[in-house]
Amino acid sequence: MTMQETTSAAAGAKAFPGSDSRRYNYFEPKGRKATHYEDVTVDVQPDPERYLLQNWIISFGDGTPTYSKDWTALKCTDWHGFRAPDQEWERTHYQRQSTIVGMIQNVVENARRAGAPQRFDKAWVAVLQNHVGAFKHAEYGLGTALMRAQRYGYTQMINNAILTNASYKLRFAQDLTLYLAEVGSDIGGFDLDAGKAHWLDDPIWQPCREAVEHIRAATDFLEQYFAVNLVFEPLVGELFRSGFVMQVAAAQNDFSTPSVISAAEADYERNLANAVELFALLLRDPAHGEDNRTMLQSWFTHHGGLAVKAALQLQPLWSLPRVKAANFVEAFERARGRVAAIGREIGIDADLPALPPVEVGQAATPAAAAAAVTDAAAE
Amino acid sequence: MPDGLTLNKITSQKGIGITEAARRVADLGWTPSYVKEAMSFPTDYKISKAPRDPMKQVLRSYFPMQEEKDNRVYGALDAALRGDMFRNVEPRWIEWMKLFLAIIPFPEISAARSMATLGQLAPGDDLRTGFTMQMIDEFRHSTIQMNLKKWYMENYIDPAGFDITEKAFGKCYATTIGRQFGEAFLTGDAITASNIYLQVVAETAFTNTLFVAMPSEAARNGDYALPTVFLSVQSDESRHIGNGHSMLMSVLKEPDNHLLLERDIRYSFWQNHMIVDAAIGTIIEYGTKHRDKNKESYAELWHRWIFEDYYRTYLLPLEKYGIKIHHDDVHEAFDSIVKKNYVHKIAQFFSAGWWANFWRIEAMTERDFEWFESKYPGWYDEFGVWWENYAKLSKPGSVPITFADTGYVYPHRCWSSLVPCVIREDFTIDEVDGELFTYASEVDRWTHKEAFAAEYQGRPTPAMGRFSGRRQWEEVYDGWDLADAIQDMGFVRPDGKTLVAQPHLSFEEKDMWTLDHVRGHTIRSPLLALREMSPDQRKAHVDEYRKGFKIRRV
Repeated sequence: MTMQETTSAAAGAKAFPGSDSRRYNYFEPKGRKATHYEDVTVDVQPDPERYLLQNWIISFGDGTPTYSKDWTALKCTDWHGFRAPDQEWERTHYQRQSTIVGMIQNVVENARRAGAPQRFDKAWVAVLQNHVGAFKHAEYGLGTALMRAQRYGYTQMINNAILTNASYKLRFAQDLTLYLAEVGSDIGGFDLDAGKAHWLDDPIWQPCREAVEHIRAATDFLEQYFAVNLVFEPLVGELFRSGFVMQVAAAQNDFSTPSVISAAEADYERNLANAVELFALLLRDPAHGEDNRTMLQSWFTHHGGLAVKAALQLQPLWSLPRVKAANFVEAFERARGRVAAIGREIGIDADLPALPPVEVGQAATPAAAAAAVTDAAAE
Repeated sequence: MPDGLTLNKITSQKGIGITEAARRVADLGWTPSYVKEAMSFPTDYKISKAPRDPMKQVLRSYFPMQEEKDNRVYGALDAALRGDMFRNVEPRWIEWMKLFLAIIPFPEISAARSMATLGQLAPGDDLRTGFTMQMIDEFRHSTIQMNLKKWYMENYIDPAGFDITEKAFGKCYATTIGRQFGEAFLTGDAITASNIYLQVVAETAFTNTLFVAMPSEAARNGDYALPTVFLSVQSDESRHIGNGHSMLMSVLKEPDNHLLLERDIRYSFWQNHMIVDAAIGTIIEYGTKHRDKNKESYAELWHRWIFEDYYRTYLLPLEKYGIKIHHDDVHEAFDSIVKKNYVHKIAQFFSAGWWANFWRIEAMTERDFEWFESKYPGWYDEFGVWWENYAKLSKPGSVPITFADTGYVYPHRCWSSLVPCVIREDFTIDEVDGELFTYASEVDRWTHKEAFAAEYQGRPTPAMGRFSGRRQWEEVYDGWDLADAIQDMGFVRPDGKTLVAQPHLSFEEKDMWTLDHVRGHTIRSPLLALREMSPDQRKAHVDEYRKGFKIRRV
């Protein structure tokens, strides 16, 4: 028997059993119909509960299989239930990343063509050089933590969401690096090594570095994903990016830096949505929800304490620009409200105490405030 | 406008050079001082020298380039539909894509995961961007391949097999071989898996047959989609090869690593040969209708891509760094293809078990015989009658060829590569931890017994992986009726009775096999039977197995 009986190999050329079975039929779509993201993502990483007849066939030296549920303290009745709200797959990822790269390049080229960097306020130039320059290392540290974390998830959907998160973070760290190098070359006397020096040695940045290093050192990949998106980002990342740079820069004659920074804010909205969806799912789990809540609460206590300490220590930055267009207290209040709202969304108590009045307007006594916040979180 | 002056020259700003950009990006890293990162990926290697990035990569040039490559790929897929590609494509070819595309997205995404490993293990941050790009590339490959498969499913005459693809990947006796390949990228010793097996061998050597030679054959069969997608995929591989080589240079600086490198290059090369040549060799040689005698055979392609390009220009130069290369393995791999008919015997095996597949295999015809005979003299004597029998037994109601009186001996399965032990004279057995195992060759035996162990030549190797799971498919279904096993795997069409697999390409319902046609035959595990034998019986069985068989005409 050969094909000669049928003249075309196109769909519909012949009707026979199975000839109209044109959808992937081995998973339950989240909605009525499978999305393109689901089609190209779901079950590419199998597991013994879903189709691996012969189980994982290589193990680590200690007997741990290729993928293990034991790589996180969190438990889930159905790890496969998670779908990333941003529905990212390769094509949408490149489209979005490429659009951002193009947007940033346009902004930077236009700013430089117009001679904008030379008109930046001198005090602001120092902020860019020393502090935006320092912050790029925080972004990089989070990116590398996520790059490690994307190895460990029990499903393709979880790992891909963490992978794209890592991609966004590492791109943004490079965006800042190259942006500062380019505008710095127009300004003259701009020290490109100063940012790293501040990151490593400036007391303002040490609690931030400490918080990032704790995230990098966490061995539970979901602790890393949680600490990045549900703790550090709202309390420190957004605080610095939009609570400081984006609000203050324009008043210092700088319209380009907020545009560069804005990309990270948009990235975070997507990564936050993915993370909230995952952790909300884990806390809703009928069998493990309560244990998961306890674990997330302890992670929040640990990383929240470090992040608050980091945030409070940044307070002097708001005093550096010549034109004071924003203040730390308001920015921190927004961060506090944000993290509490995120906590409510997934089902943990992320309410942090307001800044003690004694610290408002002063040069910060972060250790005491952080201790107060940490104690409150622990309660 | 004066000569030589362009708008771009007027408006462009002086930027920083690529070397400076890459240097600045690499300087983003630092050594933590508050809390040290635990090394979560085990390795027995010592790595002290930071790998360098000779390609000086930065992400802001990467994303637009990849988007542009994607635009071309997706534009070409649209164009293929407008050009009615499926009207003229060869079903013989597309059927094999059900197998190939069920397997390949998993190794791809495994490679993405393994970049976590290398990113953490590599000292310094110079190559971090390279690993980052590779991670995103592999995410690209996995999802772009799932998209291509969906596209075939939506547009090809017979979607059955594509529609169950990832489920089939977990169930099939053949896809487990692909899983051995993919799991090896990210399990066990991190350098063995992610650097040597994946980058230094799979990507540097075997992607050329996977992603270059195979697309050429696709185009010859009227499939313009596969070349479009896979040549785009292959264009990312040069980046990965660069990453791998740079990491390798860093690893081999440490003399203590040389013994492990010798082990891992040997294991990786041989297993890549066993797995990739089995799958891709079969697809290229047996999935094609194109029989131009001027085109290269798989053996010729292998000689060009693997022997000349890889072995002579990549592996051999490693000797000057003190790494022992097993030349005899490379020659043996080539001989297995040109003298021992490895690919043909694997194709014979795939067709022998056609009923357990989720794709169709049609019989080879006189035209195919002509080509095989010209490329592999003596082919007809060994395989011609088999395929004539296969054609005869392709009608529903015939005895499934596995159980027909052809003289074919269902093969043992190699415990290391999971490929069947088809080169009978090379078959070997051994005991590991008191249990008997079967191997396709001496190198496979060595791989299991010596390489994948807690100690290698007196040196503790706690990080090395172990073979695990229910590795032999036949063992899982030992004693099952064919029909029950097929139903259990889910390789049945939506009518609940017609098999997804068919031993032909007829699309007439009357020609299609159902569960009833295969019921009444029992699956047996050759390994379990071997283990039950007495030592004398076993020796006699192995001697007999090594003699091979002669196919009789039915």
